[in-house]
Amino acid sequence: MASNKQMYDKGKVVAGLVIFVILITFPFWYNLGKAAPAPELKLTEKAKAEKTCVMSKEEMKAGHMQLLDIWRERVVRNADRTYVNESGKEYSMSLSNTCLDCHSNKAEFCDKCHNYVSVAPYCWDCHIDNPKEAKK
Amino acid sequence: MENSRRRFLKIAGISALGVAGAKPVLDVFASGDSHGEAAKAQPEIRKGEKALTAKQWAMVIDTRKFKSGADLEPIIEACHKIHNVPDFMDKENPEFKEDNRRHVIKWIWEEEYNHAFPTGGEPFLNERIKHLPFLVLCNHCEDPPCVRACPTKATFKREDGIVVMDFHRCIGCRFCMAACPYGSRSFNFRDPRPFIKAEERNPEFPTRMKGVVEKCNFCAERLAVGQMPACVEASNGAIAFGDLYDPESEVRKLLASNFTIRRKDGLGTGPTVYYIV
Repeated sequence: MASNKQMYDKGKVVAGLVIFVILITFPFWYNLGKAAPAPELKLTEKAKAEKTCVMSKEEMKAGHMQLLDIWRERVVRNADRTYVNESGKEYSMSLSNTCLDCHSNKAEFCDKCHNYVSVAPYCWDCHIDNPKEAKK
Repeated sequence: MENSRRRFLKIAGISALGVAGAKPVLDVFASGDSHGEAAKAQPEIRKGEKALTAKQWAMVIDTRKFKSGADLEPIIEACHKIHNVPDFMDKENPEFKEDNRRHVIKWIWEEEYNHAFPTGGEPFLNERIKHLPFLVLCNHCEDPPCVRACPTKATFKREDGIVVMDFHRCIGCRFCMAACPYGSRSFNFRDPRPFIKAEERNPEFPTRMKGVVEKCNFCAERLAVGQMPACVEASNGAIAFGDLYDPESEVRKLLASNFTIRRKDGLGTGPTVYYIV
């Protein structure tokens, strides 16, 4: 039975395997230690003055997309346009008029993270990105 | 130990009691946990205080107050500017071509009597009506055929009777355009942005993207903040707007004191735009 375990062209096969493994893991070791640093966001003066967003910073970071999804559903389909947050402050539920009013620096705010995590939300295909720039 | 039927039933009984009894105990623990969070108020979503509401919004257009197309232009312009409706026939635009005619987007526009009211068929039309441009727009039907045709419920009838488009959901199949007997809907065959002048666009209202259908929304975004629709404001009193089912509304008073017609009302769609002729 031992003869069944004999390997033909052992050298070539092993060498081939080694080359294959190196090639397939190439992206990993090539980029080793070169991880892109997490982007640092720039806030506009208006956003800084406001201190807190609709939710806390951590909640906004992790869940602004869910919040926006709820907002668009309620505004478009239920015509409810006012959001009262946990501390009792009222907001108009509008991406164009509320969010982008403070965060009017799309390139340095929205895009930085979206590019970093490689997502391409199509909000701005319709919602005009920068109310202030558009006015000039 | 010997298993007997008696012993099995005993254990089963005790287990059942245990499961049933554990639930209220767990509930107490669960509610104890959430007490900490309850101190923070839950976020709330509601209508704005100034929002105008109705059972069915309706419009009465007094065509006697219009003389020529020039009277309609400021109304059309007010609407199209506020809603970022592209102007494909703007000759100053570098991308202008005569062929753009096929891509024109309309929310409110003018039409001659025979086209707006094709079921009339009067052979010897009154001179005034013959040359009078009629202002036409989405009729916000009481039984809208476009809503029935839409496969994604992107277009739907709101509680206040307005037929609106949810552009997020529109897949651009154009069934609604085929279903609408009034031609009130336009399709974005191409990106509309290059045809909205940068200095004229309204950043407070989104534009549309290629591949969605659009139409008049009875200024739902203005009603939400207590304003009348843009065309009503721009019409110098020629257009009235109000609740069709409120006997005290301006619209009902006009309907009670004037003879009015509706576009293709024989189709049973229940258009809510009325014309005094």
